[in-house]
Amino acid sequence: MERTESIANFSNAIGDSELKNDVIRFKNNIEPYLYIFPSAIVFATFVFYPFIKTIYISLFLTDPQGNLSKFIGLQNYIDIFKSADYINSIYLTLKFVIMTVPLEMIIAFILSISANLRLKGIEFITTIYTLPIAISSASAAVIWMLLFNPSIGFINYILSFFGIHGIGWLTDAKYGMISVSIVNVWLNVGINFIFMLAGLKSISKDLYESAQIDGANIFVQHIKITIPMLSPTLFFLITVDFINAFQEFGVINIMTQGGPVNSTNVMVYSIYRDAFFNFRYGNGAAESIILFILLLIFALLQFASSEKKVFYK
Amino acid sequence: MTDYVRWLIKGILLYLVNIILIFIVVFPIIYAISVSFMPDSEAFQYPPRLIPDSFYLGNYIEALKSVPILRFISNSFIVSIIVTIGQILTSSLAAYAFTFYEFKGKNIIFAIFLSTMMIPAEAIIIANYLTIRQLGLLNTYAGLILPYLSSALGIFLLRQFYLTIPKDYYEAAQLDGCTRFGFLIKVVMPLSRPAIGSLAVYSFLMTWNQYMWPLLITNTDNMRTVQIGISMLQWSDSQSFGLIMAGVIMILIPSIMIFIFGQKQLVDGLNAGALKG
Repeated sequence: MERTESIANFSNAIGDSELKNDVIRFKNNIEPYLYIFPSAIVFATFVFYPFIKTIYISLFLTDPQGNLSKFIGLQNYIDIFKSADYINSIYLTLKFVIMTVPLEMIIAFILSISANLRLKGIEFITTIYTLPIAISSASAAVIWMLLFNPSIGFINYILSFFGIHGIGWLTDAKYGMISVSIVNVWLNVGINFIFMLAGLKSISKDLYESAQIDGANIFVQHIKITIPMLSPTLFFLITVDFINAFQEFGVINIMTQGGPVNSTNVMVYSIYRDAFFNFRYGNGAAESIILFILLLIFALLQFASSEKKVFYK
Repeated sequence: MTDYVRWLIKGILLYLVNIILIFIVVFPIIYAISVSFMPDSEAFQYPPRLIPDSFYLGNYIEALKSVPILRFISNSFIVSIIVTIGQILTSSLAAYAFTFYEFKGKNIIFAIFLSTMMIPAEAIIIANYLTIRQLGLLNTYAGLILPYLSSALGIFLLRQFYLTIPKDYYEAAQLDGCTRFGFLIKVVMPLSRPAIGSLAVYSFLMTWNQYMWPLLITNTDNMRTVQIGISMLQWSDSQSFGLIMAGVIMILIPSIMIFIFGQKQLVDGLNAGALKG
């Protein structure tokens, strides 16, 4: 969530140069460089250098201490793509995306529509819907492990009323991914909610009133007015959620450790396991680069879409 | 049906929907609070109980004794506060240069800075881990803090805000004998309080909730942060749910407080960062 959330900003930032016309413009040869220097050092040391280093490591065989022992070209990449586990982790990541992103969107949509009504106490309701943003993935995972507990957990208790008994949420390979997805949906709905609510507030009420006069019911109004008017926001959020889902690690590490039977071994978990348990830094680095490339593709898609957005502003 | 009755039914329905939704969203937290006040005999009952019999505080006391939770909390506070202040300082300075100065390579450097948002932290975590280890900074505050001392999002957010500061302000400040650096400190930063507030809430929450980085670079009880600390409770020998939940609640209190007081800043900041531009 940390960095990617704002990937979309990138395109917007480039586009706002026209704003600058009326702004103060100092000329000085040294001062501005001094001001950007601290950030430049941080980015150089902890973003660009490690990025280059990751590419470099991915071309080497490494010893368990992480020292490079032998240049092997693209062999690490060939190895990971030959590994059934890694292919499976890409598949699981996509599965995780499909199990979380649509639900996060739909639930946030429902929440934002109900929070956009003119009701008393709506501010309190809004706060509650946003609250999971403040919750860490670690605490969420720990709390949900209790809810998922097979014998005394609340979820199985509720299900027992429907004649469903003893589901091993975290021990049965059929349910591991579902459990992890539920927790992530719960954690991520809040951020979608904030953006959707802001989007909804900017839609003119007149549109709905004239639709009402034409006899459109609420359902039709949302399909014909809300969704199209909100589409830039929705598209932005789908991209953000997608990228976030690719980076999932915390909940899985606490709840399932990639199990049961590898059923939640998503890409970032696989990087973690290869690099920090099996000490195959070269493989881990190659997997990191693949992750970067995949996310870059999605970021570029978002970039292209926000270019288009400018036209109907 | 009269209009009044229709209006009434609609109102009741809307509240009902919201109440159900609220219940679903907060249930896990309420339940965790509730279990944190249950002794084991209650927490392990089936069917599970929703409300504790009494206000049993034993779990909190036990949690404080069984893992150094206060140490984790103070570690997290130190790291989160320094990262937050660091991001505010570095971002303010960089945003000042990018907004108010003309210099060679400005646009390219700005684009390079923003491009850091394209590189996911997880994709460079191996190399960063090796760097921190090489520098001998495993299990240190410096190792936890250094990589996060600046933020492209912060620079972007503050720059958006700086762009709205009128030119006259500088002219007025100059008449008062204000230097350019003085203008940043005395005028620009105080004016940018809303944007700085957004950045502060955001970076504090992000750092407080961090999991993967502190998991990798700390392995002693002394240096663990809260998020790693509670997962330790999970695997501790006792396996008492009440105890684990008491730990979770203790580490949730700071982040929820910050969220409640900083909600407006956070929401405004996120929206300004993503939708405006």
